[in-house]
Amino acid sequence: MLKVEEQTPVTFSSELLAKFDEIKSRYPEGKQKSALLPLLHLVQAEFLWVPTSAMDQVAAYLNIQPIEVYEVATFYTMYFLKPQGKYALEVCRTGPCCLVGAEKILTHLEDKLGVKEGEVTADGLFSFRGVECLAACGFGPVLQISPEYTFYENLTTESVDKLIEDLKNKI
Amino acid sequence: MSRKLLLEHINVPGINTLEVYRQKGGYRAVEKALKTLTPEEVVEEVKKSGLRGRGGAGFPTGMKWSFLAKPEGVARYLVCNADESEPGTFKDRYLMTYIPHALIEGMIVSSFALGAKVSYIYVRGEMMPQIRILEKAIAEAKAAGWLGKNILGTGYDLELYVQPGGGAYICGEETALLESLEGKRGNPRIKPPFPAIAGLYGCPTVVNNVESIAAVVPIINDGGDEYAKIGIGRSTGTKLISASGNLVKPGVYEIELGLPVEEFIYSDEYCGGIANGKRLKATVAGGSSVPILPANLTLKYANGEPRLMSYESLAEGGFATGTMLGSGGFIAFDEDQCIVRNTWNFSRFYHHESCGQCSPCREGTGWMEKILHKIEHGHGTMDDVDLLWDVQRKIEGNTICPLGDAAAWPVASAIRHFRDEFEWHIKEPVKSQSQNYGLANYANPIEKAPVTEEK
Repeated sequence: MLKVEEQTPVTFSSELLAKFDEIKSRYPEGKQKSALLPLLHLVQAEFLWVPTSAMDQVAAYLNIQPIEVYEVATFYTMYFLKPQGKYALEVCRTGPCCLVGAEKILTHLEDKLGVKEGEVTADGLFSFRGVECLAACGFGPVLQISPEYTFYENLTTESVDKLIEDLKNKI
Repeated sequence: MSRKLLLEHINVPGINTLEVYRQKGGYRAVEKALKTLTPEEVVEEVKKSGLRGRGGAGFPTGMKWSFLAKPEGVARYLVCNADESEPGTFKDRYLMTYIPHALIEGMIVSSFALGAKVSYIYVRGEMMPQIRILEKAIAEAKAAGWLGKNILGTGYDLELYVQPGGGAYICGEETALLESLEGKRGNPRIKPPFPAIAGLYGCPTVVNNVESIAAVVPIINDGGDEYAKIGIGRSTGTKLISASGNLVKPGVYEIELGLPVEEFIYSDEYCGGIANGKRLKATVAGGSSVPILPANLTLKYANGEPRLMSYESLAEGGFATGTMLGSGGFIAFDEDQCIVRNTWNFSRFYHHESCGQCSPCREGTGWMEKILHKIEHGHGTMDDVDLLWDVQRKIEGNTICPLGDAAAWPVASAIRHFRDEFEWHIKEPVKSQSQNYGLANYANPIEKAPVTEEK
């Protein structure tokens, strides 16, 4: 069941809706539902997660039922159904990355950030989770940071420390 | 030095731009195909080349193209499968990052051959940087007249779009990919009908891997016959191999099919041997789904002849002593790696990625993960190994799509070749938490190693 968090309804800016229009034009007449996955990515880039009110508005925009959006948003792992840190770190935890130390990186993040996987740090800046193969096995361990999905390869505990410091100083 | 068809110019500065790509002979294949060949002739060249699908299944690309239905007045689609998610495989990411125009050029030629007016590149959502790279390259190509209306004045129109996925391994399966592209959950469809008859929006569709489409460019430039001269037997051409794990030089390599496996692992031209002076324990030669092989069977057949990097040679001996080329995701395990732990990790992956449509896969993958977790953490019993064997056997062949097989094969092969390591975990529940089993007897012809090393 889709757990609905307490939330204030979000509003889509005209810039966001203009992007929606461009994406919708890529598909043949009557096949606008194809725009669903890209639209949810745009929503997530804007709000850093996908609130239910946004899903409802996407459904209305595409002229489909809300359930058609919910079932997609819950099926695909990239869509965050609850708020994340400003920087959501995703570390690959699949076979080849584990051969070169991905599990150590995950433990290190837990220690360094002082939160468990899936939780957000008190300052709201960071959250992290292990994800499955990110298709960069030769350069592991790897992590990506949403919403830009910037990619970091050949991680060590030192490089992770530096990365976190850099992100903190960015503000 | 082997021939490079896809990665020849990978180190040229600026090769990701249209200008430099053109200077290096880029878009010649589009000119040749659109101006001098008919769509049927392009299909014929691809057939002659013997190119086989580079995404994993190895089905002949030209034949797949020739199955495409062409009813009057119905749109046809080409969809590029860039949902690269198979653990151990990262060649498509590499190609799209550094030479995006190679894929776009291949898409134009292939779309022309199939009569598609709109084509999509379905890229896995996590690859946002690659999506940005492709969109920029498409805009460049369109501005220069390689895409859009009346390309090169030939009257051929083509629009090319990049579609992001949402993070689901299953969408690499072609019918799940089409469902996803239609804005739905990635549940694979029952076949038949095949996409060639009813694919995207119910229209005839071809789905090809990134590398297959990029390979169409040299095939058209040099001719299918020339391409077929490279390689060995029915494994023609070059293949991108993604090498990962405990290697001195992991990375993406373009090899001529037929290269000895031993040369690929140990020569300095390729992986440069096993990292940190360790010895090879096992390999997964074609992405996580294919059977794992111990070092001895990786390098040689059961009869002692050398094994080669080709579709046929890697499969020599069937699943008893062989494996598959798959997507070319070559993972090497050194002597310190634990086969039980790795098998558990892969099982967790397949459990996580099962779409849940078929019970054997939905339930079986979770069951295998739990049993393997139990064995790995020192709580296993001897019956568990047999139970694991039984569960995997009941998944294989009993699902709509090959994810079930893909989940079953790594488990089956790990038990087949490394049963003693599983049993050791069960007999030594305490020791197995702090030590590794090491190389042991299956690493013959490599010398036997003692059980040491902290985990």
